Amino acid sequence: MAASVTAPGHRLGDTRRLLRALLPSLSLALVIAAIAWLNPRAMSYFGFTLMLNLAIPIALATLAQMFVIAGNDLDLSIGTFVGFVCCVSATWLRDTPWLGALALLGCIGVYACLGALVYLRNLPSIVVTLGMSFVWQGAAILLLPKPGGKAPGWLQAIMGVKPPLVPFPVVAAAVIAAVGYFGLMRTSYGAILRGAGGNPVAVRRAGWSLLKAKATLFALTGAFGVLSGMALVGITTSADANIGNGYTLLSIAGVILGGGEFVGGRVSPVGAVIGALTMAMAASPLLTFLRIPPDWQVAANGAILVVVLAARVLIGRKGSGQ
Amino acid sequence: MTQAGAAFVTLGGVEKSFGAVRALGGVDLDIAEGECVGIVGHNGAGKSTLMHILAGGATPDRGRLSIAGEDQHAYSASRATALGIRCVFQELSLCPNLTVAENARVFHPAIRGFNWRGRAGRLILDKLDEIFPGHGVGAGELIQDLSIGRRQMVEIARAFTVSDQPARLIILDEPTSSLDAHTAGQLLAHVRRSVAGGLSCTLISHILGEILQTCDRIAVMRDGRIVVADRAQAFDRASLIAAMGNVETAPPPTEADRRAVAGSERPVRVRMRPKRQPDAQDLVAREGEIVGLAGLAGHGQTDLLLATFAAAAGWRRGGAVNAAVALVAGDRQADGVFAQWSIAQNIGISSLARLRAGLLISPRREAALANSWRQRIAIRTQDVHANILSLSGGNQQKALFARALASAARIVLMDDPMRGVDYGTKLEVYGLIRDEAAAGRTFLWYTTETEELKNCDRVYVFRDGIIVAHLLRGELTEERIIQSSFAGAH
Repeated sequence: MAASVTAPGHRLGDTRRLLRALLPSLSLALVIAAIAWLNPRAMSYFGFTLMLNLAIPIALATLAQMFVIAGNDLDLSIGTFVGFVCCVSATWLRDTPWLGALALLGCIGVYACLGALVYLRNLPSIVVTLGMSFVWQGAAILLLPKPGGKAPGWLQAIMGVKPPLVPFPVVAAAVIAAVGYFGLMRTSYGAILRGAGGNPVAVRRAGWSLLKAKATLFALTGAFGVLSGMALVGITTSADANIGNGYTLLSIAGVILGGGEFVGGRVSPVGAVIGALTMAMAASPLLTFLRIPPDWQVAANGAILVVVLAARVLIGRKGSGQ
Repeated sequence: MTQAGAAFVTLGGVEKSFGAVRALGGVDLDIAEGECVGIVGHNGAGKSTLMHILAGGATPDRGRLSIAGEDQHAYSASRATALGIRCVFQELSLCPNLTVAENARVFHPAIRGFNWRGRAGRLILDKLDEIFPGHGVGAGELIQDLSIGRRQMVEIARAFTVSDQPARLIILDEPTSSLDAHTAGQLLAHVRRSVAGGLSCTLISHILGEILQTCDRIAVMRDGRIVVADRAQAFDRASLIAAMGNVETAPPPTEADRRAVAGSERPVRVRMRPKRQPDAQDLVAREGEIVGLAGLAGHGQTDLLLATFAAAAGWRRGGAVNAAVALVAGDRQADGVFAQWSIAQNIGISSLARLRAGLLISPRREAALANSWRQRIAIRTQDVHANILSLSGGNQQKALFARALASAARIVLMDDPMRGVDYGTKLEVYGLIRDEAAAGRTFLWYTTETEELKNCDRVYVFRDGIIVAHLLRGELTEERIIQSSFAGAH
């Protein structure tokens, strides 16, 4: 009988896992090194605050995306949802705070229902969330037909905090990563949520409700999407129905860049935040320093993504091939 | 029948059918507290169905199930868990993306709150240490990074762990299939220790030595019934094999035998060797031969068929196949029919070159081809343009045969295609296969039904991914096949 209970394969798995875990940090370090080389003056408190300006909402949106991906689903509506939250925050939340808060809580409820719908009717989440993306967009346009509105003062104040020594976006990213890590990777129910993505049959057989797990994952996506929209409008101070549209792809890219996989419940909150930071830095500061014209920046962004993902596949294959 | 203690499980007249197939035809079985019951039987004997019913995964059509002295009416998987019934099935039920400790947590809802990871890890590691000393598994390792043998060890150890719910009966379905001799021995020793401590066990294994040496009592199943159940000491390897098969003598030499002998000068169509075959035994199929692949399900027969297919397409070296091949899939819905297409489209897909008119498929020729096959093998439909799913299962299978036989392929691979097909259809298809073989086609036929092997000129028996026996038609009896399918020991 062929049981391969041998030590070398074991150690090899360790190296592979280490590489896999380090890849997100390595790609971030690479991007920072490139920026430092191109423009040494960017390596300052002020420089990072500017470059990572939009990193907080991107990191939050990426974590939001990570929760659905943990359950083998995909949220194609997160971008327009973030835009909708921006519009709600810049209007209702400022004018009638209780109505705004209620609306945002309702959004999380809608997400939970979407999760239940996807599970109960066995629908592809891509279809459901693609449909929802038009719903969010339409609602945002109804609420704010023209760019405008104003973020509540307290929100602007939070996003404008200047802590000593470390730039605010870095502190915020660390907090977001820590919350995501403890919530999903260290709590006992987090293990069930991830297990439901890895082997749903086994989790159900052990007596857990997959419906509850799926609804919880979607609700978490909604919650982090709300935080992302609020953070975004706190930075930009006014809203626009199309403001978040790019976040759908950015967030998916961030999760994958951070070591997540589309199937099998394999995600990493810390990696996802690092992936989001990488995307935020590569998205515009790096390319601007490279003097790549804005017209080409989206394409260049895609190219960076392809290179990093190819490196990931290569590492995975080398490990399993031996 | 002597028993160790009071009956923990009592099955009375349990029956279960899947469509037209009768999986269990009235099973009576007691499993006492502190008793290990071995269950042996050939393919389709009903072992797995019986275990699934015990585990709450399937509901019997008729019969009585009583556990811990209570009749079970609304029996389910969660009820089974609450009553302390644990299973280790062949397909792994661990989450590959979680650590060993987290998988223990999934299994034990009671482990939660502060330091749950530490407690879950200790629970599973203590059990691993107890069953498999020197296992080398860490609580923080991801399942996906473990070798298949270690995964199986974790899966087994987890079934034996106890938190808030008791473990009363452990169902082990081929638990040693991925373990080496040493760890398998550790497991069986642990089973004996647990049984001595009052636990009940049922053990299914194709290694009869394990069954004979571990179990208190052995039940032999055949055709959905328990044909013999007795103390393990009352059996030996030969008597178990005899009980599993029908008593019969080899059939007298026939036309096919003479063909097999005369056919040895015919050109070789397929020469393949299983990947792990240790000796020089090849699988050889000549023109016009029907070659059977036998053995217990999942012991490498399908792999060999797929390797043959890949070799014919030139995807893989390491085999010689010198004619076009067609595959008739066993799992119709997953690998066979195009569910959205008509019967004619489903039949014609392998013959597109001949159906073309210019750049397009000629609907007229497609329909003509389908109609000729409809008449030839009596596919029961009014209209070949109807959707394929409008046919009964047996007729869908006929359409898949028509697809393979209508193609230019000289070699037809069959992956247990008669599963769930009614008897009349089977006879029709057998005749068709014999006619086609006489016309020079080669068939490689994997089947889990011993009866079907009688249509074959020669049979290769597989066990653990390799060929363990090569039987000519004259030597073919169920007993010989079972004897080769079940190993004596590791």
